[in-house]
Amino acid sequence: MIAPTIERDVSAIVQEAIEKHGAKRDALIPILSEINHALGYIPAEAFQEVRKQLNAEQEHVYVSKSQLFGLASFYDMLSTNPRGRHVIKFCENAPCHVVGGKAVWDSLCEALDLNNGETSADKKWTLVTTSCLGLCSVSPVVLIDDDLYGNVNPDQIDEILERYE
Amino acid sequence: MAFYRSHVLVCVDPECLAKGAHEVVDALQDEFIAQGLNDEIQVLETSRIGGCDNGPEMMVYPEGVHYVGMTPDDIPYLVEEHFLKGRVVERFREIIKPIVDEELGALRPKEVRVVLRNCGQIDPNNIEDYLATDGYQALGRVLFEMTPEGVIDEVLKSGLRGRGGAGFPAAKKWAITREVPDNPKYMICNADEGDPGAFMNRRVLEGDPHSVIEGMLIGGYAVGASYGYIYCRAEYPVAVETLNIAITQAREFGFLGKNILGTHFSFDLEVRVGAGAFVCGEETALIASIMGMRGEPHPRPPFPSVKGVWDKPSNNNNVETYSNVPQIIMNGAAWYAKMGTEKSKGTKTFAVGGNVVKPGLIEVPMGITLREIIFDVAGGIKEGRKFKAVQTGGPMGGCLTEQHLDLPLDYEALSKAGSMMGSGGLVVMDEASCMVDIARFFMDFTQAESCGKCTPCRVGTRRILELLQKICDGKGEDGDLEKLEDLCFEVSRNSLCGLGQGAPVPVISTLRNFRAEYEAHIYEKRCPAKVCKQLISMAIQPSCTGCMVCARNCPVEAIRGERRQVHHIDENTCIRCGICVQVCNFNAIAVES
Repeated sequence: MIAPTIERDVSAIVQEAIEKHGAKRDALIPILSEINHALGYIPAEAFQEVRKQLNAEQEHVYVSKSQLFGLASFYDMLSTNPRGRHVIKFCENAPCHVVGGKAVWDSLCEALDLNNGETSADKKWTLVTTSCLGLCSVSPVVLIDDDLYGNVNPDQIDEILERYE
Repeated sequence: MAFYRSHVLVCVDPECLAKGAHEVVDALQDEFIAQGLNDEIQVLETSRIGGCDNGPEMMVYPEGVHYVGMTPDDIPYLVEEHFLKGRVVERFREIIKPIVDEELGALRPKEVRVVLRNCGQIDPNNIEDYLATDGYQALGRVLFEMTPEGVIDEVLKSGLRGRGGAGFPAAKKWAITREVPDNPKYMICNADEGDPGAFMNRRVLEGDPHSVIEGMLIGGYAVGASYGYIYCRAEYPVAVETLNIAITQAREFGFLGKNILGTHFSFDLEVRVGAGAFVCGEETALIASIMGMRGEPHPRPPFPSVKGVWDKPSNNNNVETYSNVPQIIMNGAAWYAKMGTEKSKGTKTFAVGGNVVKPGLIEVPMGITLREIIFDVAGGIKEGRKFKAVQTGGPMGGCLTEQHLDLPLDYEALSKAGSMMGSGGLVVMDEASCMVDIARFFMDFTQAESCGKCTPCRVGTRRILELLQKICDGKGEDGDLEKLEDLCFEVSRNSLCGLGQGAPVPVISTLRNFRAEYEAHIYEKRCPAKVCKQLISMAIQPSCTGCMVCARNCPVEAIRGERRQVHHIDENTCIRCGICVQVCNFNAIAVES
């Protein structure tokens, strides 16, 4: 993730995303994903900006702000709330569950003092569960930003978390 | 171009990344800079190298030394020994075997690999590797020697059925799409493999992407389509990257684009990436998502074959289905139809997970029994425990028991037993699993993934979940099971798409096969498998030595006792986390139900 704490020009990010994926109705999901990746979440002004820029560029591709918000609220990977500097995704699915995933999750919640979907007061961490990452042969699996940790056991949590600033 | 005396290739596939491959790369680079070797030695990131279960792994050329299992802390020593002193560090050395995939491993007994034949055997990022294994020859044969009808006929004769789970004959779907008098037509590949525990398609996309592309091309020729979409879930970043590389190379070699191999057939492809929505694996939802909308399903008919992407006829098959096609063309329908049962032909990939000795990816001929899969191919149940149940077909599949183990595996037999083939996830459970908890667990999943468009699924799944939670919490009452059965019936009958229709299956099948366990929860307030926290208690046995380890580790200070005296757990304070059971060195803490 590109440091979401640094104020970046939302309009420039939106423009970049549209240039990369094209000013098309069917490019909306990639465009929003790109913005989400750059900023860590999609702020309200980004919806406004996407609408403005898309409609200016392609008059026949009219999108409304509510359509954009509808997309962002539907897909799990798009967030409309600010997230912490590091997003911890925990795989909570059956293969991880039956090999001790619950204990890892409890230990994560305890170490961070967070519940599912919450962001810490210092904006360092966001803790969420994720859909199956398909890495079941090394389960339980934790994904922090883009770093994958496999075969995790509860005792390793503190050590893993210490790696992040 | 810079000249390096040595190259270090570090494997950065998802498994090795999960074991810290990036940290090893960073440590290597830092150490080479520190030693002033960074102009002489190049560090490269690569895909799977060899057959080790002990990643991270790296290969040093030109010596061809294969190192595994090192941590960043080992790197300074390794660099000093190997690169400064020229001595091989035997401690980390792995004698390289023929390339074998880590997730797949060597061919197991009773396995037959058709779809997975190239996975781990070829470099997925190099089209020439695929060409060397007869890649794109089937496409050539189809374009030069066969009519579209002939292709459909051949695939029909092979008996290939949809591997996404429903089992609709692939060639029949192609024929329907072909006959719709509307153009253009589209090919869609469903690579939104969302079923927890299923990762067969990921491996095919990461290990042999061209087989999928070739299958789509052949299908496209048969159907009369000129464009295709591969819809891949965003949770598979490596698969997306591999596919994009493969598509670019296929274009360069003239297998995609205008006038393929000099014929009149033109076809191109693009990858569409999801953004995290399980329901997008449902074909109408997937199409909505390709068009940039919320991935909500709509009622069928019209089926996508008639009205799909951009309201045009769109043929939708899954990764495994397409991947079978080139081989059917190359080896003939009769070869394929020889494998399997009367109505289910060929092979099927499964991701076996849960409490088995050797979990992982397997490919077996249809008609094999669950017993053979669990005990012969996957090595049996872990730690010598007893088999209890196996869930087939993902979160909407049923839990089968001992009595179903000898069923021949095919589409019909599984649905008759109250489950389904599904995409091929197999979660094996031993006697320590509580079936009410498992049913609750799957319901929790489908409830969260329900898109909310239709009421039976949106509200019904939540009500079922609440009932299950109530039973797990020990608050179940007489009549709850009947209420559950009614709800399950209504939700599966009235929901709009496969998600809602299938959601109650784990509950229905566990109610049918493990009813006594539900009844124990409700009437005896007891969890026989000792899983449900509200129904169990911890008790310290007389064999306690009074070492105090449990008392020190208890997060709520519920354990009291003097040193060298038998300790005691205060039931009211205890949260039943089980930490004391884990830390006790004398097995003196019993879980009671």
